[in-house]
Amino acid sequence: MAILEVRDLHVYYGMIHALKGVSFHIKQGEIVTLIGANGAGKSTTLRAISGLTPKSQGEIVFKGKSLDKIPAHKIVELGLNQVPEGRRVFPQLSVEDNLALGAYLRKDTEEIRKDLKQVYDLFPRLWERKKQQSGSLSGGEQQMLAMGRGLMGRPELLLLDEPSMGLAPLLVREIFNVIKEINEQGTTILLVEQNANLSLDISSRAYVFETGKVALQGDARELAADPRIQEAYLGV
Amino acid sequence: MNRMNEPRKLDGKWNIVVLLLVVVVYGVIQLLAAKEILLPYHLQVMGLICINIMLVVSLNLINGFTGQFSLGHASFLAIGAYLSAALTVFLGMNFYLALIISGLASGFVGILIGLPALRLRGDYLAIATLGFGEIIRVVILNIPAVGGPRGFTGIPRYTTFGLTYILAVVTVLGIKNFVNSAHGRACVSIREDEIAAGSLGINIIYYKVAAFAIGAMVAGVAGALFSHYMQYISPGTNQIGFLRSIDILIMVVLGGLGSLTGSVVSAILLTLLPELLRGFAQYRMIVYSIILIVMMLFMPSGLLGGFELSFEFLENLIGKFKIRKRGVSDGTS
Ligand SMILES: Nc1ncnc2c1ncn2[C@@H]1O[C@H](COP(=O)(O)OP(=O)(O)O)[C@@H](O)[C@H]1O
Ligand SMILES: [Mg+2]
Repeated sequence: MAILEVRDLHVYYGMIHALKGVSFHIKQGEIVTLIGANGAGKSTTLRAISGLTPKSQGEIVFKGKSLDKIPAHKIVELGLNQVPEGRRVFPQLSVEDNLALGAYLRKDTEEIRKDLKQVYDLFPRLWERKKQQSGSLSGGEQQMLAMGRGLMGRPELLLLDEPSMGLAPLLVREIFNVIKEINEQGTTILLVEQNANLSLDISSRAYVFETGKVALQGDARELAADPRIQEAYLGV
Repeated sequence: MNRMNEPRKLDGKWNIVVLLLVVVVYGVIQLLAAKEILLPYHLQVMGLICINIMLVVSLNLINGFTGQFSLGHASFLAIGAYLSAALTVFLGMNFYLALIISGLASGFVGILIGLPALRLRGDYLAIATLGFGEIIRVVILNIPAVGGPRGFTGIPRYTTFGLTYILAVVTVLGIKNFVNSAHGRACVSIREDEIAAGSLGINIIYYKVAAFAIGAMVAGVAGALFSHYMQYISPGTNQIGFLRSIDILIMVVLGGLGSLTGSVVSAILLTLLPELLRGFAQYRMIVYSIILIVMMLFMPSGLLGGFELSFEFLENLIGKFKIRKRGVSDGTS
């Protein structure tokens, strides 16, 4: 059963037709990757799902419920959380205040405490820096914080927009390991990545975006072996 | 965790301390007034300080905490000042009722002024609020019944120092509670990064409009206090127009965006400063400006920056003091 189903999604930015009928789905428990060049429409897709960018046509169904006309903050309440592109921590707030805001919609204090512990277990560096202003963290630490903050909402589906962007190779590997771990703990993940190599490695399926359309789709391992993908995205 | 949702256990104790302090300060002032050490002029300046505290703290909620650059705060003061005066003068309405109605009306206009904030950001919002404020001023200017350009005269003096004091305390404590609650954190997150705030499920529209509504309501009440204190309100730009808005903004920035303690301190200093400089007569505004420039040069994030005089801070201070004392006594024994 698909936890998320996107059908024939169209998005315009003024005259720019950014998404031209995108369709895909994610099953419960999966990691699915959207890969594609810059400007292909990956972020637009995630923003449309989260209700942050209006769509002109198409349908988005989450847990069997259409997200039409549901405002962004209500979508988060349903269990769909996004870690937007470019980290976007709250720079003047401390690490722990950032994480607290991640649980903004929740009232279950006990469970929040558990999730906080889990986030600090996943990212021990955040624990060491919990009183530090998040604007003074390194890029990698900010990415960890942004992901941790997303997890504090205890989402069923987590959308990650280019979590490895601009990070040192060692950190990229660490981030991917954590994504895998988050998934193993039961969170379904929709991942947007330019790093096709590592993302295909941890995903079950993938969709390849080209100029606002899905050009290719399929099993992650098969796609990784596909000569067209190897040439365009894997640099083989 | 989630200290924003959980009241800390010491709050009760400190609330009593704060309340006592508020009462003691009030008692001392009244005592000094009764002994004629504080003259009516002094009390009036202190009343104006309290009114300015309300204006500065309420603008800080909009500008400092929620990050919505408003240059129209004086228009809320204008609405409160004129509406309340019209109600008491023309209708003979009870002053307290007029105070409440002015606050509500001003809060409602705050929602209207807040609406552009949903589409505009930064400088553009500043200009939109500036324009909105001038519209309100020009409308008032063209109502002959409230004196037009000559100003509204003959307003009864219903405001007392005590009333301004109580309402300033209520405002500061009320807004402090708001910004320390989950709601306040939501506002701050919008200031910090609107997109990220939206992605966490924070209702951005609601909080932007709420910040404007609350800020405007408080400013409206402050305006009503003002016109019934000075017994006169004029539609000059430095009274209810953009110059006044900028005055309030300067106090916010000087105190520190997002610091309530800073707002209170700078409202006190910048209300007193022109009074203290009266001796310099024509150089007054120049000296005032120079002091501002020097302060901003040496304290670019305001007097108190993000600092907040908090119970935690006081406890730590007391704790350190105790340790030091114990250390010293240990050394001598
Ligand atoms: N806010 C925006 N306004 C106008 N055009 C935009 C905006 N965001 C993205 N676009 C355009 O939409 C297309 C898809 O962008 P995006 O979804 O960010 O791609 P990707 O995330 O795959 O790099 C690009 O042509 C981009 O220039
Ligand atoms: Mg993108």
